[in-house]
Amino acid sequence: MSEQTKAGATITVEIWRGREDGHFDSFSVPHEEKQTILDVVTYIQRRIDPTVSYRFACRIGMCGSCAMMVNGAPRWTCRTHASKVLKDGKIRLQPLRNLPVIKDLVTDMTVFFDKWQKAGGRFEPSQPGSQEFAEVSPESKERAAASAGIECIGCGVCYAACDVVAWNPDYLGPAQLNRAWTLVNDVRDADRKGHLAAVAVDAGCHACHSHQNCTRYCPKSLNPTASIAGLKRATMTAALKGDL
Amino acid sequence: MSGRIELWLYVAQRLSAMVLAPLVIVHIATIIYAIRDGLTAAEILGRTEGSILWAGFYGLFVAAAAVHGAIGLRTILREMTAWRGRSLDVAASAFCLMILVMGFRAVGAVT
Ligand code: SF4
Ligand code: SF4
Ligand code: FES
Repeated sequence: MSEQTKAGATITVEIWRGREDGHFDSFSVPHEEKQTILDVVTYIQRRIDPTVSYRFACRIGMCGSCAMMVNGAPRWTCRTHASKVLKDGKIRLQPLRNLPVIKDLVTDMTVFFDKWQKAGGRFEPSQPGSQEFAEVSPESKERAAASAGIECIGCGVCYAACDVVAWNPDYLGPAQLNRAWTLVNDVRDADRKGHLAAVAVDAGCHACHSHQNCTRYCPKSLNPTASIAGLKRATMTAALKGDL
Repeated sequence: MSGRIELWLYVAQRLSAMVLAPLVIVHIATIIYAIRDGLTAAEILGRTEGSILWAGFYGLFVAAAAVHGAIGLRTILREMTAWRGRSLDVAASAFCLMILVMGFRAVGAVT
């Protein structure tokens, strides 16, 4: 892990300090091979400036808590190698875009998860308390659509990448709509029409421009754009049938 | 119902786009054909005057463009400015109406 790439090579790391108003502090960190951005921030916090605030938990790309803007792009920092994103030996770190800043690299994710609920992201069991396994064919169209979107870790990278969120703060957001689409396709859910109704609102799925920035940056290679396109089709069909 | 406005506008936007696509192609093809040896008002009027086909063609064109343009303009304004709500909806409807009136006047004048 810790063999030095070039003896003495260092990276210049600029870190946002403060809240919405703030400044960048610059740090010099030894460059190591296979060092992640999260390793870099941890190095700074443990060895140079213990007042730097950031967030992480699993360090293996599961919890979704470590996302930040890295040289202007949203990334999960525990699985992003510094050498891959270095620009002229420099890394600039900022808190995730489109979210209020608490301090330094830490954002307030409340609105992100509130929108999760607003978009109807809660599973409604059709057989509560059932001990039986629900039989869902892996080949069915619905299962395939749900599977395609199910691995979301809630990291907020897509939310930070989405310009529509920046333009319209009420927009439900790519991760939230992707989640809704998995439930619309979940044959065990008791209120699939309810899920459609939750997203067919002002600043809902129809506000998406399909410009695919969410898909480009999603670290789990999910395709929220495709999920949202699915929601647009499904809500349109339901509305034309008079079901919505 | 008001919560579904975005959905119906989306439907109208898609449908008007589907109508516009072939009309625009025919429109551009006609332009290229019409200017092949100079463009005169007489030539255009000779083609369009008294033609129910061209009147129908451009009548439909105007209607689809008015709907499509107004919805698009409303979306752009909602995203790029702080203008939302009823006053914007009224303004977008007025824009739609203006295109309809001006467009149908033009169609009436050449057919
Ligand atoms: S495709 Fe839709 S959700 Fe994804 S970034 Fe673009 S506007 Fe946002
Ligand atoms: S869809 Fe992808 S980018 Fe968005 S929150 Fe889920 S895992 Fe993160
Ligand atoms: S620390 Fe858990 S995903 Fe990065």
